[in-house]
Amino acid sequence: MEDRSVLELREMAESYKYDFKDPYLYKEVFEKGLDEEKVIKISKIKGEPQWMTEFRVNAYRVFISKPMPTWGNTELLNKINFDDIHYYVRPEEDHKTSWDDVPEYIKKTFDRLGIPEAERKFLAGVTAQYESEVVYHSIREDLAKQGVIFTDMDTGLREYPEIVRKYFGTVVPPEDNKFAALNSAVWSGGSFVYVPPNVKVSIPLQAYFRINAKNMGQFERTLIIADEGSEVTYIEGCTAPVYSSQSLHSAVVEIIALPNSKVQYITIQNWSRDVYNLVTKRSVAYENAKVGWIDANIGSLLTMKYPSIYLLGEGARGEIISVAFAKTGQHQDAGSKIILAAPNTSATVTSKSISVGSGRASYRGLVKVYKEAKNSKVNVQCDALLLDPESRTDTYPVIEVHQPNAAITHEATVSKISEQQLYYLMSRGLSPEEAKTLIIHGFIENFVKELPMEYAVEMNRLIALEMEGSVG
Amino acid sequence: MLKIKDLKAKVKSVDKQILNGVDFEIKKGEIHCIMGKNGSGKSTLGHIIMGNPDYEITDGQIYFENEIINDLPTNERATKGIYLAFQNPIEIPGVTLANFFRYTTKKFYSEDVPYPKIRKQIVELLGKFGIPEDTMRRYLNEGFSGGERKRIEAMQVLVYKPKLAILDEIDSGLDIDGLKNVVKYINEYVEHNPDTSIIFITHYSRLLQYLSPNMVHVMINGKIVLSGDMSLAKEIDEKGYSWLENSVKT
Ligand SMILES: Nc1ncnc2c1ncn2[C@@H]1O[C@H](COP(=O)(O)OP(=O)(O)O)[C@@H](O)[C@H]1O
Ligand SMILES: [Mg+2]
Repeated sequence: MEDRSVLELREMAESYKYDFKDPYLYKEVFEKGLDEEKVIKISKIKGEPQWMTEFRVNAYRVFISKPMPTWGNTELLNKINFDDIHYYVRPEEDHKTSWDDVPEYIKKTFDRLGIPEAERKFLAGVTAQYESEVVYHSIREDLAKQGVIFTDMDTGLREYPEIVRKYFGTVVPPEDNKFAALNSAVWSGGSFVYVPPNVKVSIPLQAYFRINAKNMGQFERTLIIADEGSEVTYIEGCTAPVYSSQSLHSAVVEIIALPNSKVQYITIQNWSRDVYNLVTKRSVAYENAKVGWIDANIGSLLTMKYPSIYLLGEGARGEIISVAFAKTGQHQDAGSKIILAAPNTSATVTSKSISVGSGRASYRGLVKVYKEAKNSKVNVQCDALLLDPESRTDTYPVIEVHQPNAAITHEATVSKISEQQLYYLMSRGLSPEEAKTLIIHGFIENFVKELPMEYAVEMNRLIALEMEGSVG
Repeated sequence: MLKIKDLKAKVKSVDKQILNGVDFEIKKGEIHCIMGKNGSGKSTLGHIIMGNPDYEITDGQIYFENEIINDLPTNERATKGIYLAFQNPIEIPGVTLANFFRYTTKKFYSEDVPYPKIRKQIVELLGKFGIPEDTMRRYLNEGFSGGERKRIEAMQVLVYKPKLAILDEIDSGLDIDGLKNVVKYINEYVEHNPDTSIIFITHYSRLLQYLSPNMVHVMINGKIVLSGDMSLAKEIDEKGYSWLENSVKT
């Protein structure tokens, strides 16, 4: 199968005469495990253009040819059994969980966060769809009037094939890493955003429809293009824990910030505690464009995520602000990549991690300055907070500089809460958990400040909740 | 209110005995002073009443409102109504005074009181104690002057309204005007809240001229060796502590 030529594949793909009602075909596609034929069938079921089918097949080949990463948490990574995973889930069957199966700690968290009933069922995967009805439609109309495209990725590919084809996979090619390849082969869902020149989108996209089934897929794929002089903020995820029956989640996000544009991408990741969250997020910024990643990782079993910014045009700027919260049993392996390849570019990275119990937070950072990047500046600040004696944090910074006049700083701090600090706060009535929450509150304040109001409030509530012994 | 019986305690880290059998009692609405030289164990007594994990009680009991609290977690002692103004308040980088009060006042105020209202009161109180409002944005005790720390520690009595407040050396680090000011508001508070019991810990008698304590105790070597009224304080003021040390030894 592996050595079949692309041409042969193309023929094969075209020769499939799919009857979409054919239960056998569906059955096969929806079964566990993956092979090249299944990749093609997924593409065909979705009615995709030929180039996408080829893109997927090529990506699949890259996926199987690439070894597992030999860094990060290899022990956990090697437990992934690729044959035991559903790679395509029929949208209407994606939500077959019964409320009784939803873990108790998640139900409790819903209660405490005050998530409305309808949203809870959706978040827990019990109901298929939840949309914030009225608001949703009027905002969508407003956006359409401005020429903003905001839709799920599958629809984007169907309705805007030229734009998608021009940019899809250009920022994160399948060859980038094993999980990006897997996503490229089997992606489904995610968002497609295009903002026309000089349009400034005043509301954060997704904030008002944060509960949208298609954006929470297992292998979601998001592509954001900010045309010249435009501005947009996109928010992904929510503070409520997201229960999933699928344990492997591998998303790809690509951002293209054309000259003078501004893009802000906010993520609050709170997958349930059994999920592998292996994500590739990357952006390119052209002349005087600005890209910001605001990234919070709270849930999951293992997260490996290193948002990247390629500063390709003169005067481009980047900012990455991240928070990782690792509780007992969790490993948050997060970080950043900053590549400076043009003069007068600059970037700041602020990474905060909190380890609780035996939780483990790692920071992996790359700063690469090319010879072209004269007068460039990068500041990296990594702060780790260890709450318990067995908590763990590591930093793995790599700095590669080929331009002598670039100004690069990297600073890392590790702080612990001393027994006397706890005692002092307890003497003012706070329980140890509340005292720790207060300290965390201060520690991540700069991050929370970046979030829209309602997310900031929820984030603080969530941290308080996470610190309570009763949850998790 | 508080009764201590034959209390013995040591520092855990160096296994050193510090309190050698303290007996002490303060009733509702009383004001007491505990005096003694540096190193006699006054602060240790305060910390043990509050439950500082650095120390271990090896013998004796602490009763608060007739309940033994030897093993009660510090925060529960606080919410039961014991407050300790630290001689050396702890620095907590990253936690602003504003956030600190936002969290702690939840423990002492009914949920019905909106926080902005509490905050306003706190800012007013800080003002009375000579602390400007923008201090709310600073990190708790970090880089605060000795005087600022003392004022803020003392001022919290008026915030949490404890049944028993122990004020450890609020006079050290404060200039005379600052001290007068702090004592004025504490006295005023006690007038309006006559059920409050207060223990002033000090090794100077200068504080006492502004107070009218019901009792004065002298601590030497981890023991309260003498208790009396204001005249005892005056005697110490004149003669120092050495005459007591000698008389105790015999
Ligand atoms: N945490 C500690 N570790 C070591 N020694 C301590 C500790 N706390 C108190 N001590 C010792 O106990 C004795 C009494 O101290 P303290 O209670 O602070 O006295 P005072 O407040 O009367 O000046 C001193 O010798 C002091 O050094
Ligand atoms: Mg002392």
